[in-house]
Amino acid sequence: MSEQDPALSPTLDDADAATLQRMAGAGATRRALMGWLAAGGMGLTASGLVATQALAAAAETPKTGGSIRVAGYSSGTTDTVDPARQSLSTDYVRCNMFYNGLTALDANLTPQPVLAESFESADARVWTLKLRKGVEFHDGATMTADDVVYSLTRLQDPKIGSPARPLATQMTEIKAMGPQEVRITLATPNADLPVALGTFHFKIIKNGTTNFTTANGTGAYKCKEFAPGVRSVGVRNPHYWKAGKPYLDQIEFFGIADDAARVNALLAGDIQLAGGINPRATRQVKAAHGYDVFETRSGGYTDLIARLDVAQTGNADFVMALKYLMDREQMKRAIFQNYAVVGNDQPIDPTNRFYNPHLAQRPFDPERAKFHLKKSGIGATAVPLVASTAASSSVDMAVLMQGAARKIGLNLDIKQVPAGGYWSNYWLKAPLCFGNINPRPSADILLTLFFKSDAPWNESKWKDTKFDSLLLAARSELDLAKRKAMYWDMQGMIRDDAGIGIPLFLSNLDAHSARLKGLRPIPTGGMMGFDFAENVWLA
Amino acid sequence: MAPLVRLLMARLAVSLLTLLIVSVLVFMATELLPGDVAQAVLGQSATPEAVAALRAVMHLDQPAWLRYLTWLGGLLTLHPGHSLVNDLPVAQLIGSRLPNSLLLAGLTALVAVPVALVLGITAAVWRGGAYDRIVGLLTVSAVSVPEFLVATLAVLVFAVQRHWLPSMFYEMPDRSAMQLLRAFALPVMTLSFVVIAQIARMTRAALINVLDSSYVEMAVLKGVRPLRLVLLHALPNALGPIVNAVALSVSFLLGGVIIVETIFNYPGLAKLMVDAVTTRDMPLVQACAMIFCTAYLLLVLLADVFAILSNPRLRHR
Repeated sequence: MSEQDPALSPTLDDADAATLQRMAGAGATRRALMGWLAAGGMGLTASGLVATQALAAAAETPKTGGSIRVAGYSSGTTDTVDPARQSLSTDYVRCNMFYNGLTALDANLTPQPVLAESFESADARVWTLKLRKGVEFHDGATMTADDVVYSLTRLQDPKIGSPARPLATQMTEIKAMGPQEVRITLATPNADLPVALGTFHFKIIKNGTTNFTTANGTGAYKCKEFAPGVRSVGVRNPHYWKAGKPYLDQIEFFGIADDAARVNALLAGDIQLAGGINPRATRQVKAAHGYDVFETRSGGYTDLIARLDVAQTGNADFVMALKYLMDREQMKRAIFQNYAVVGNDQPIDPTNRFYNPHLAQRPFDPERAKFHLKKSGIGATAVPLVASTAASSSVDMAVLMQGAARKIGLNLDIKQVPAGGYWSNYWLKAPLCFGNINPRPSADILLTLFFKSDAPWNESKWKDTKFDSLLLAARSELDLAKRKAMYWDMQGMIRDDAGIGIPLFLSNLDAHSARLKGLRPIPTGGMMGFDFAENVWLA
Repeated sequence: MAPLVRLLMARLAVSLLTLLIVSVLVFMATELLPGDVAQAVLGQSATPEAVAALRAVMHLDQPAWLRYLTWLGGLLTLHPGHSLVNDLPVAQLIGSRLPNSLLLAGLTALVAVPVALVLGITAAVWRGGAYDRIVGLLTVSAVSVPEFLVATLAVLVFAVQRHWLPSMFYEMPDRSAMQLLRAFALPVMTLSFVVIAQIARMTRAALINVLDSSYVEMAVLKGVRPLRLVLLHALPNALGPIVNAVALSVSFLLGGVIIVETIFNYPGLAKLMVDAVTTRDMPLVQACAMIFCTAYLLLVLLADVFAILSNPRLRHR
């Protein structure tokens, strides 16, 4: 069971799916499950199919014991076990082994309670967190509100240099109200505070920790060895507060930077999980017996950027012509071996709880493109299109677009530039180029970083005051239904007006031994949002 | 032996001067690279205030010459400083990697040098024949095939398909001789490819040079047996260039094996230095540069001393 249950996701919302899995896990019969589904209004055939799948998932009961080796795709002297200073996937894996956050993000990026049993606010500005009782650090100390205050305050310290500082500085007061209660006051209301608390850097460390040669957290594994750039070893935490977890005795984690070497190490049986593999390598993995590809659909994308503040590329008809010229299905098939999801020129992907499924999909339509091209008056002038391997797969995308453009008389002149220095010399500067955006934990963070009128990374320099006020309103809105409506409107605005073409959302691909069970996609990144450690077991 | 001692002292003094100059050059080169360690650590989130704050913590706001002198002062008092990136002592970072690099270089030399010498000497003795041509062809091929290809092919065949050897290096639960042998087999094999080829070609060329000289012809004429002729008459005079070739190869093995270290995930010094350069981690870059430079100078010095000792004409001058 390495991929998302196809029958569960379209017909049931996630809360229902979770209930179903719980019932199946608790030993409910197929008849009971179907009865529950039918009560919810699902047809007999569909409910039969769904119930069968839920039972199949529950049949994989976790086993305890065994140890695995895991290779990520980067490793170096920057490796750290200081949650505040994490910068790469390798750090996220490590810190997820050793620490817990107050919350964690689930399969559609909804925050779920972890060390915080509850998080509540009446106005989205003053938040009260109730902490879980009886949680111990690896050194035996009990976790209290002081540890939480210390961990969160630390992120704001400019001397620490945490990448999460911009997110952390919205907290103007972090106060312990008792041993198990923390009050957080924000500068301005933000309904997404629990999301921020569930991101990688907001892990809880022990009050007063300054030495990070080893890790002392509350996580499922204790740090047995940490050598930056070499390897990290975690061993089972026997006092872990989640009953029955973790399943494995030991995890050894290191980085193999070379793509081919990582896949080879897996197929040779030396590692059990290889993070971040190339779509081209998936055939090799599938052809080998006893190995699977694990796909995590996420909100990461490579986008076409037309700067709206430059005369030529700012022409609304020209931008529309480009959007109609993207053959999304062909790109998905030819470049990504189908490991991608077709995008609709707006940045919220289908895994996100605020995704708008009712927005009409923009098709590949050379006729409409031709109409808009003619209206734009660009004519046969060569338009330079900057692409680089730095923005992953952008060169392939550019070539496919160039071919389609030629057929309608548009002359796209591809300038392939080196990856080194691309982000500082071309991105946000060239009138027509490509960007590459990593998945972000929330719609608010993504839209604020890349689409707000005054955002430094507003790629197409798109300015819309109505969008800005909607964004602010959505941020402080605690009513989920109202919030959803606002995000849906914003997606439509970006799709129609911004100078951004998002052909596809790219999947994260990992490869693993078929014996390794329990992997479920979490869209903050590959390897279960880098949190596989406490969730996997060896069959 | 007095002249030799004088030579040694002079060479050591020059070596120290060389090290000093190298440290200045490496420091200047690191300064010239775009970006600095604060930006490298912060990555995409490098806002101007964040960079400024971190620079102050790392003392990057001091003038370059002051930072260099601080580092040099530390080194002279045997305190090579802390890594700017992860704040671990440089000595500790190097200490965990240096033995690995020495072990890999040592094992490879142990395998490669004897094989190379035998190949080179035999090719020289039977020069022009079919054997010589085959050795020549093989060594040229081995030098021209890039290491990553050799390594990847070896992994595909021996690890992925046959499952005879591990595809990469990892800490074994017990370090028995058999385990070590298996773990090192592929990296050593890959490195040996290039090293054997280079030393063998050097040996052949040097030996042929001597074998063509008139004193060897004289020895042949007076009836010296072929084995004795090569080993006792010709080889001592060819040792100088051969030992130098070996020294160069071994110094390459110490610091220039980044590809093998990457593919086999071997925790050696080369990867440490590349990391350090990528993150502009000056104390670490400098420490690695000093180690590589010292090793190179020592090996070349050793080779020269050996060449002098092995050559009576140089020995008695």
